[in-house]
Amino acid sequence: MSSAATITAQKLGRSFGATAAVRDINFSIQRGEIFGFAGPDGAGKTTVMRMLAGVLRPDSGSIAVEGIDVIANPEAAKSKLSYMPQRFGLYEDLTVAENIFFYAELFSVPRKLRRARAGELLEAAGLTAFQQRLAGQLSGGMKQKLGLVCALIHTPSVLLLDEPTTGVDPVSRRDFWAILYNLRESGVTIVLSTAYMDEAERCSRLALMHAGKIHYCDTPARLKQAMPGMLLAITAADPRAVRAALADAPGVLGLLLMGDRVNVRVDDAARRAPELRAKLDARNIAFTGINRIEPAIEDVFVALVGGGAPA
Amino acid sequence: MNPRRILAIAYKETLQVWRDPRSLAIALLMPLMQMVLLGYGISLDIKHVPLCLYDQENSQTSREMLQDFTASGWFKTAAILGSNRAVRAAMDNATCIGALVIPVNFSRVLAQTGQAQVQAVFDGTDANTTNIATGYAQGVIAQTAATFARRWDAQHGVRPPTAGSINLQSRVWYNETLDSRNFIIPGVVAIILALVGAQLTSLTVAREWERGTMEQLISTPVTSTELLIGKLSPYFLIGLLDAAFCLLTAAFWFQVPFRGSVLTLILTTALFGIVVMGIGYLLSVRIHNQLGASQIALMLTMLPIAMLSGYTFPLDQMPAAIRAISFLVYARYYVTLLRDEFLKGSSLAEMASSIAALLAYAVAVLWLAARAFRKRLD
Ligand SMILES: Nc1ncnc2c1ncn2[C@@H]1O[C@H](COP(=O)(O)OP(=O)(O)OP(=O)(O)O)[C@@H](O)[C@H]1O
Ligand SMILES: [Mg+2]
Repeated sequence: MSSAATITAQKLGRSFGATAAVRDINFSIQRGEIFGFAGPDGAGKTTVMRMLAGVLRPDSGSIAVEGIDVIANPEAAKSKLSYMPQRFGLYEDLTVAENIFFYAELFSVPRKLRRARAGELLEAAGLTAFQQRLAGQLSGGMKQKLGLVCALIHTPSVLLLDEPTTGVDPVSRRDFWAILYNLRESGVTIVLSTAYMDEAERCSRLALMHAGKIHYCDTPARLKQAMPGMLLAITAADPRAVRAALADAPGVLGLLLMGDRVNVRVDDAARRAPELRAKLDARNIAFTGINRIEPAIEDVFVALVGGGAPA
Repeated sequence: MNPRRILAIAYKETLQVWRDPRSLAIALLMPLMQMVLLGYGISLDIKHVPLCLYDQENSQTSREMLQDFTASGWFKTAAILGSNRAVRAAMDNATCIGALVIPVNFSRVLAQTGQAQVQAVFDGTDANTTNIATGYAQGVIAQTAATFARRWDAQHGVRPPTAGSINLQSRVWYNETLDSRNFIIPGVVAIILALVGAQLTSLTVAREWERGTMEQLISTPVTSTELLIGKLSPYFLIGLLDAAFCLLTAAFWFQVPFRGSVLTLILTTALFGIVVMGIGYLLSVRIHNQLGASQIALMLTMLPIAMLSGYTFPLDQMPAAIRAISFLVYARYYVTLLRDEFLKGSSLAEMASSIAALLAYAVAVLWLAARAFRKRLD
C-alpha cells in the first residue's frame, strides 16, 4: 500500500448473522481522489461506508484514515471526516440554518468562519433562499445538498457519502457534483457509493462491488479497457425479442437490455455484426440499427462482475 | 467535555420540544391535568357514605348511637330496615355500601357489663372505600362509647374495662383536619414529576434512532457525556418549572400547609428530577423507538410509584416483602421528603436518610446513563 494513501482498508469483513455483508476486502484511497463504490442493492456499500465512518465495527481487518486506526480509535478519526448516511440524517423539524449551526457547533467551527463558510456552501448548493425553511419541507435534492453543506461546514479532510444522489433530480445532481469537483481541487478525499452507473463514471477510481466483495478496482477508463470483447448496440421496437434471438448466437459473450436497445457483447465486432444482422432478418425481427459503441460502466460491470446490473 | 457541543445539543433539543406537540403537551399540559385529576379525583376523604340502619332494639340508647352516626357527616342514612334479609337486599342492589345492625339486647348488655357490640357490615368490593368507612365507623363508635362511658362512670363511680380505649389520635397527627388531601397532594406532585420527567426524556434518544438522525450524530466527535448533559438539561429545566407549578398549586390552591424550608424543597426536587430524567434517558438509550420507550417509562414509573411510593397506600401497612421492594422505588424518598417538608417541617437531620437515598440514586443513574450510550450502530 502506498504511504500517501489517506484511507487504507485491509481484509475488512463484516457479517450480520448468516449474511456476510462485506468479505475480506482491501482498498486504498489517495488524497484528493473521488473514489466510488458501485454495486447493486445489497452489495455491501453501506456496510463499508459505516465501517469507514467509525459507526460500525468490522468483524475483522483494519482501517486507517489519515493515519488513525479507526477501529482502535474511532473518535479521533471522526474529527477528520464527515459522513452522510444513505438515509437523510438531519433534523426535519429544524430549519436549514439551524441544522447547519448545529453541525458547525458539534465540530467546533470557529464562529467567525462559520458565517462565511455557511454562506459560500449555501450559495453553491442553491439553498441561500431556503435558510428559514424546515429541512423536512425541502425536496429530495435539496435535502441531499443540505446534507452536503452540513457535512462540509467543518472542512473535513475525508468526505464519506453513501448514495448521495439517489432520488435527486438532474439539476441538483449537477450542483452536487460541481461542489464535489471543487472540493477535490482543495485536496479533500471523497469516498462515495452509488448504484447509478452513469454517476460512477465521474469518479476518479471505482470499486465494483457485488455480494460483499470488490471484484475490480480501477479508473473508469481502465475498467472499460479490461472488459473482454466489444459492444454492438441494436436498437429495436421489441428489444426483448432481439435478446432472445441472439442469446446463443456464436461469438456473443453477453447481452444487456437498455431501454429500447440491446447491448450485445461480442468477441469481434467487425465479424459478428453482419452475422447478427442476418440472423435477425432470418427471424423477421425488426431493428433500426446495429452500431459499434464504446462500453459504459454498466456494460463493464455486467461483463466483469456478472449477475444483475445495478440500476 | 466541550461546552459548545453541550449547548448546541441543548439548544437543538429545546427547538425540537418546542416544535413537537406531543412533547409540549407532556411538558405543559400533563402537570396541569394530573394536578386537577389526582388532586381532586383521588381524595381519600369519603363523605356521606350511604348506610342502612337496622335497629333490632329500638331503645333510647340505640337511637342515640344511630344519631351519632348520622350527625358525624361521614355517613348518611340510606334506608331504615327491619330484617337481616332486607339488609342483604339493600347491599346487593347497592342502596348502601354499609349497614349498621344494633342487636336486640344492646342497651341491656351495655348497662350490665359496660360493654356492648354493634355489627357493621360493609361491601368489600371497593376495598379502599370500605377501609376508610370502617375507620370512620370505629371513630364514631369510639366517640359514642366515650359518651356512654362517662355516663357509666357517673353512675357506677368506676371506669368500665374497655370503653373509650380506642385511640384515634395517631391517625390525625400532622393532618389535624383529618383532610387526606394534605397527605395525598405531596404524593401527587411526586408522581407528576416522575411521569412527566420520564416521559419526556424517554423520547429523546429513541427519537434520533427512529428518525434516522442518530447515524449522522454518532459520526461526529460528540461524546456520550456531552450528549447526556446536552439532552437532559432542557428537560431538567422544564421539569423544574413543572415542579414549581405543582408545588405552588399544592401550597396555594390546595392549601397544603408548608412548614419546611424552600431551599431544601428546591434542592430535593432537583435531585428527584435528576433521578427521574436519568431513568427516562436510560430507557431511551436502550429502546430504539419512541413509543416503546415511553410505554415502558410509563409502566416503570406509574405502577410502582402509585403502589409503592406510599403516596396513597401507607407503606407501613404492607407486608414486609412488599415493603422491602418499596425501598427500591425512588419516588418513595421524595414523597417522604415532601411530606416532611410540607406537613412536618422536619429538620435536615431528620430528612438526611431520604436525601442520601435520592442522592445515591441520582449518582448511580447518571453514571449508568453516561455509560449506556454507545456511539455505534451495533
Ligand atoms: N444492520 C444490519 N442487520 C442485518 N443485515 C444487514 C444489516 N446491514 C446490512 N445488512 C445486510 O448486509 C448486506 C449488505 O447490505 P448493505 O446495506 O451494506 O448493502 P448496500 O450495498 O448498501 O445496498 P443498498 O443499495 O440497498 O443500500 C445486505 O444483505 C443486507 O441485508
Ligand atoms: Mg446502502
